[in-house]
Amino acid sequence: MSYILDQEQLDGLEEALTTDLMTLGIQSVILIDMAGNVIVNLDDGKVRHDVYSLAALAAGNFGAVSAMASIIGEEEFSLLFHKGKSENINFTKIMDDFLLVSIFGNDVSLGYLRLKIDEVIKKVKALIEKTRST
Amino acid sequence: MAFINTKTKEVQVKLVFVGPGRGGKTTNLEYIFSRIRHRIESDMVSIKTQGDRTLFFDFLPFELGAIKGYNVKTQLYTVPGQVKYNATRKLVLKGVDGIVFVADSMVDRRENNISALNNLAENLNFYDIDITDLPLVFQYNKRDLATEGIPILDVETMEKDLNAQLKAPSFTASALKGDNVIPTVKKAISTTMVAIREKLL
Repeated sequence: MSYILDQEQLDGLEEALTTDLMTLGIQSVILIDMAGNVIVNLDDGKVRHDVYSLAALAAGNFGAVSAMASIIGEEEFSLLFHKGKSENINFTKIMDDFLLVSIFGNDVSLGYLRLKIDEVIKKVKALIEKTRST
Repeated sequence: MAFINTKTKEVQVKLVFVGPGRGGKTTNLEYIFSRIRHRIESDMVSIKTQGDRTLFFDFLPFELGAIKGYNVKTQLYTVPGQVKYNATRKLVLKGVDGIVFVADSMVDRRENNISALNNLAENLNFYDIDITDLPLVFQYNKRDLATEGIPILDVETMEKDLNAQLKAPSFTASALKGDNVIPTVKKAISTTMVAIREKLL
């Protein structure tokens, strides 16, 4: 299966993620699919991560955690968060096939970030649902 | 699941190297990486056990050039070959666009090749993919062992065992020496792109 996102959808995704998340002062937001493809990659201009490797590992990591959930009888673990000394990563699943990866410093409140992520997910869902699968 | 980005004019394609344990999947990727490392920004990512066996996957992304004005980003993955790692093997196959099946030419690995191919078909079925519908290339690896007096399967036997029905392109190779590694991956990419390119227009 392949899928195509058009310019309007991608512009909409970038705008929503910039307005709702990047303005919080977070380091970067990457929207990927569960195959590890990078759909939108936004950063604060100060970092230069290897986004494609990060996406492959994030998709694998999330897949592994979901499989663990299934083994112990959970449908999924809704919160997946890794805390570092100065940087942290939050993963949020969007529908079945997409994953939002947010990288942020300790100056950003996780609770507030998750609140904003919940808001932006609605917009992202609406935009992706227009996707033409082939 | 190839992703086509019409804004950045980019196509992302996922190719997965599959096959029995110790068959040379990681060695294939290491050889490819050694040939292209001067022109790519990324490193090869490997998640290994302490014993240097693949635990989750190896990952190597690179840009292939443009087709119909679209920049093609190819992402090569391997799966762990060991039977016990089927859960992670299945995860890596999610969204696969094309397969390189690395078969081991050693005589005593004959059954392992067949089991690994059957396991691949089962895992693809999990994602509602029929193995006959997916771009696939066989690589009969470790042909160099014949020069060291180690008994290897003849190509006809391997074709009969693995490729009689699929009739996919196949290559004899030595991943350790680099023989036919690049032609194998080129064929896999071109076969996969043919399957995807009609969707670009």
